[in-house]
Amino acid sequence: MQPSEPILRLRDVHVHFPIKGGVFKRTKDHVRAVDGVDLDVYKGEVLGLVGESGCGKTTLGKAILQLVRATGGSVTYHGDAGETELTTLDDAGLFPFRKRLQIVFQDPHSSLNPAYTIFGSLEDPLRHYGVRSRAERRKIVGDLLEAVNMRREAMDRYPHEFSGGQRQRIGIARALSIEPELIVCDEAVSALDVSIQAQVLQLLMDLKREKQLTYVFITHDLSVTEYLCDRIAVMYLGRIVELCDAEELFANTLHPYTEALLSAIPVADLDRKSERIVLEGDVPSPVNPPSGCPFHPRCRYAQDVCRTDVPALRPYRTAAGGEHLAACHLIDQPPAD
Amino acid sequence: MSDVPLNPGDAVRSPPRPRTRRDAQFDRIRDREAARQGTKLRGGRFLSKFLNNRLAVVGLVIFASIILLSLAAPLIAQHDPKSPNLRAMLDPPSAEHWFGTDRTGRDIFARVLYGGRVSILVGLGSALLSALIGVVIGVYSGYVGGWLDWVAMRISEIFMSFPQIILVLLLVAILGQSLLNLIVIFTLTGWGGIYRMARARMLSIREEEYVQALRSFGLGPARIAYKHMLPNALGPIMVNITLSTAAFILQEAGLSFLGLGVPMSVPTWGNILNAAQDLRLLENAWWVWLPVGATISLFVLSVNFIGDGLRDATDPSQQG
Ligand code: SF4
Repeated sequence: MQPSEPILRLRDVHVHFPIKGGVFKRTKDHVRAVDGVDLDVYKGEVLGLVGESGCGKTTLGKAILQLVRATGGSVTYHGDAGETELTTLDDAGLFPFRKRLQIVFQDPHSSLNPAYTIFGSLEDPLRHYGVRSRAERRKIVGDLLEAVNMRREAMDRYPHEFSGGQRQRIGIARALSIEPELIVCDEAVSALDVSIQAQVLQLLMDLKREKQLTYVFITHDLSVTEYLCDRIAVMYLGRIVELCDAEELFANTLHPYTEALLSAIPVADLDRKSERIVLEGDVPSPVNPPSGCPFHPRCRYAQDVCRTDVPALRPYRTAAGGEHLAACHLIDQPPAD
Repeated sequence: MSDVPLNPGDAVRSPPRPRTRRDAQFDRIRDREAARQGTKLRGGRFLSKFLNNRLAVVGLVIFASIILLSLAAPLIAQHDPKSPNLRAMLDPPSAEHWFGTDRTGRDIFARVLYGGRVSILVGLGSALLSALIGVVIGVYSGYVGGWLDWVAMRISEIFMSFPQIILVLLLVAILGQSLLNLIVIFTLTGWGGIYRMARARMLSIREEEYVQALRSFGLGPARIAYKHMLPNALGPIMVNITLSTAAFILQEAGLSFLGLGVPMSVPTWGNILNAAQDLRLLENAWWVWLPVGATISLFVLSVNFIGDGLRDATDPSQQG
């Protein structure tokens, strides 16, 4: 599937968090959580954002929603009313766009307010977006719960009465409540049992079809993305190192980091080569990223050039004629540009 | 569930087996599970946990009876707490004067009851007022951070960097002695602690995902902080209110003992104790200081028991 128009365009997005220290809280250094990301999200697609924890994928997701403000670059929303650069807007200016972009969180235990019933948690955003009458809010919340396969009566119960999977479905209902166009799913199923994962993923896909949603699906687990993503972006230390259609990524892996991630997935297919590449060491600190290719201390192909030069994210031609972006010096194909 | 026999065939062949002790146990477990599912209200669980704490209930009973007795002082006390009776100076306890009389022949029982009104007003009033200020500032500044938080933090640090008693003495000297001034002074010196606690709670709640979700809807900071986050910080705040009530009552007693609290003409627990500065009375007229001293201790103790009970009942790590 090659979807048509972009709904979101990220250009050279940076998110740097200052590290303060010393007696007078001077800024000593920066955590480069997101370090120059270019990315288009197309209408109606499921874009996977994959990487180990600490690679900046969650921060990037929050930067899309403006929950974390980008310290550089731009996030542009393409809607019916033309393009709007979200990164320059203040809270009041963002208000109309909050409605378009929503998020589903990872931890089903902290994603619902323990002090309120489900209705109490879900009604406030509705009121905020102009649903004045309580009866109507109750009806909407009930409908939402039914949309995520829960009973209407659940709205008068407290979060602690539900299981993890149920809470996650309520979190999805909340994200849907103001009818967004794009939902960022931040590790939306990672905390769940495998069987419940499948249920929730199925629900997400059904909802996508019904409501023509676009997902940015953040996960550390490539096997989940294979099942539901159209395109996949692999992130490492705040940058995208590989980006292409999901099928292409699995069939024709270009980047050594992606290769290592893929090898960690247990395969049932005996023909597929299943040599496991063990990544040595941890993700380097995003405070002092390694020189040259950020992956070089762990890369098994690393050469001298990797230690000095930063590889650019360059396009390669795929068998199907599409585009396959990767950032590595040692890819034995000529780039397509 | 356990009504279903393990082997389907058993039920067909054998008659229902006689009930054993085990069955009764399972029934009880099932009842309890059903009961737990029925407890819809968190308030219900909170209350039952609080009531299960025997000390807290004892505290609550003592607390309530002292307050009730003080409120009903005009009905109970047969003597005026302020009018001297020169014919009955320093009388020991008797049927006429239950706690005896003081140096000017005033009925001590009446004075303890009426004094309780003022002392409790000072303690509870200052605690509630400082909680109000501390919570209003702490909840908002803890959530939004920034310069507001910085300013509030520095102000509270200034107040906290003086020994509290010196600050109180200083303010008493500036503002003068009166009931209202005392409450103002206690509030000024006491809000910092509760402010810091509320702020710290907010800092940890701020990262919870439901707060992020509310932000992603574009809800305003005041609404998120006060409506959605504050209820989750209420437990420790209530505990703090009880503890500072106790502390303020003790402080009032201490200040009045030194003659710096509420003006001497008004009976308060501290002012009654003040009479016991005289060594002669201390040695020979125990009824002048013992009943009021015991009342203060009892009240403070009961408030602390209540605080402990609240702490246990609201502690999220002990949800059961
Ligand atoms: S550029 Fe070098 S170090 Fe980086 S991924 Fe490619 S081969 Fe490995």
